[in-house]
Amino acid sequence: MYSEKVMDHFANPRNVGEIKNANAVGEVGNAKCGDIMKIYMDIEDDVIKDVKFKTFGCGAAIATSSMATEMVKGKSVDEALKLSNKAVMEALDGLPPEKIHCSVLAEQAIRAAIDNYHGKENTNVHHNCTSDCESCPHVEK
Amino acid sequence: MKAYMDNNATTSLKKEVLEAMLPYYTEVYGNASSKFYEVGRVAEKANADLHKAVADQIGAKPNEIYFTASGCEADNWAIKGVAFANKNKGNHIITTSIEHHAVLGACEFLEKNGFEVTYLPVDEFGRVSPEEVENAITDKTILVSIMTANNEIGTVEPISEIAKVCKAHKVIFHTDSVQAIGHMKIDVNEMGVDMLSMSAHKFHGPKGVGVLYIKSGVKIDNLIHGGGQERGKRAATENLAGMAGLAKALELANTDLDKKIAHMKYLRDKLIKGISEKIPYSRLNGPADDTRLCNNVNFSFKYVEGESILMLLDMKGVAASSGSACASGSLDPSHVLLAIGLPHEIAHGSLRLSVGDETTEEEVDYVIEVLPPIIERLRMMSPLYEEVLRKEVK
Repeated sequence: MYSEKVMDHFANPRNVGEIKNANAVGEVGNAKCGDIMKIYMDIEDDVIKDVKFKTFGCGAAIATSSMATEMVKGKSVDEALKLSNKAVMEALDGLPPEKIHCSVLAEQAIRAAIDNYHGKENTNVHHNCTSDCESCPHVEK
Repeated sequence: MKAYMDNNATTSLKKEVLEAMLPYYTEVYGNASSKFYEVGRVAEKANADLHKAVADQIGAKPNEIYFTASGCEADNWAIKGVAFANKNKGNHIITTSIEHHAVLGACEFLEKNGFEVTYLPVDEFGRVSPEEVENAITDKTILVSIMTANNEIGTVEPISEIAKVCKAHKVIFHTDSVQAIGHMKIDVNEMGVDMLSMSAHKFHGPKGVGVLYIKSGVKIDNLIHGGGQERGKRAATENLAGMAGLAKALELANTDLDKKIAHMKYLRDKLIKGISEKIPYSRLNGPADDTRLCNNVNFSFKYVEGESILMLLDMKGVAASSGSACASGSLDPSHVLLAIGLPHEIAHGSLRLSVGDETTEEEVDYVIEVLPPIIERLRMMSPLYEEVLRKEVK
């Protein structure tokens, strides 16, 4: 059901952990839906020097977190903001349809961390499986 | 090492069962309805013998045994068949919120077709109260359907007490015994039920064959129309190989049943004790007393998600299942775990381990050895666990 790349990133996730004194932290998802991603970044001169993640979720949630952090590490903040869920998915050789939302979550987590760096409010993006928060029964409106 | 811990999902086919089936694919290929030549007559005789073999195992009469293509079909037939046949008497059905989807799906279909369904709640251990069944019965109630034992958390329901309530109110009572057969004694008279479903592959029989026991006198419509098989109640050329497999598997399941139950209970309790002792922030779902199915273990591990547990267990050769939304392929975690009052986030972290009579103590020891580091590893990755660790340090 999962590609070899997904299995690899699930079994050997890259960049797991926390960064003490991180200057960018973003968290998306909620426990009720069964997935939360938290991204820590150490950003210097608008460049992501280091990035770590912690994820509560399924295999795809862990693999997309791992891949997304790999893809933004060393990049400028502007480049990282361009990371799309599709790019994460392609880098993992695809995801089963019901797991696409995990890649959306990864994209949103990266963005939330950078928003935090920019001093914007860390909005915990309530997330659902169709990427449509309006229809999500778990989002408190 | 490998450990198959998903016997509530399905079981391996026993060698003796396969041997009992094979002649019906080769020598006895006749159609049981074609009695004017020898190979058809042999099939017809086998058909009769197999009904009797199954009936003898559960205290029924041969003409009360109806073979189906699955446990799901048996459940669907029982519910829809009784509903439509008795709609002149009433349109109300009582079931529970923790039934198998075969029962819930059939009830939801009936709700769209003019029937009313009461889904009884259960207590924190998954138990249905016979008093609540009684209170829910109205003069429109035509059917009560309550499972013998729950497939996810192993709760054994007070079936004979509920049967008494139904009998007193002259309401037909169906029980889904799909998970119970092979794990407890099943006798339709002792239980007092009017209808009972079973599925061969849950007790080391083949997939694709089940039985609906229908007590003589129960008014029920056909689900499958066509030829006159099964005394005109269920059309389809008899699947003699499957039926022979079910009959043999049932006979084997009931042979030395007490001994097998003791073996499975021992393994179950060893798993429960080992996991409870070794893994903090864990919770046993379902009862911890003798109302728990002898082969079922279900835990929730806080701060982790079920599918991840299954994937890491698989890497260690352990097959298990989970009630998380991801594992079930839906938005919500298991309806059973929610019905016993678990919050979504705890239900997402559930793991079901189900042993069988062939499970060994080595396999159980192996699971107890590999599971704790898996949970620990996922927790160290979980943002929900950070706070817990922080509190622990304080």
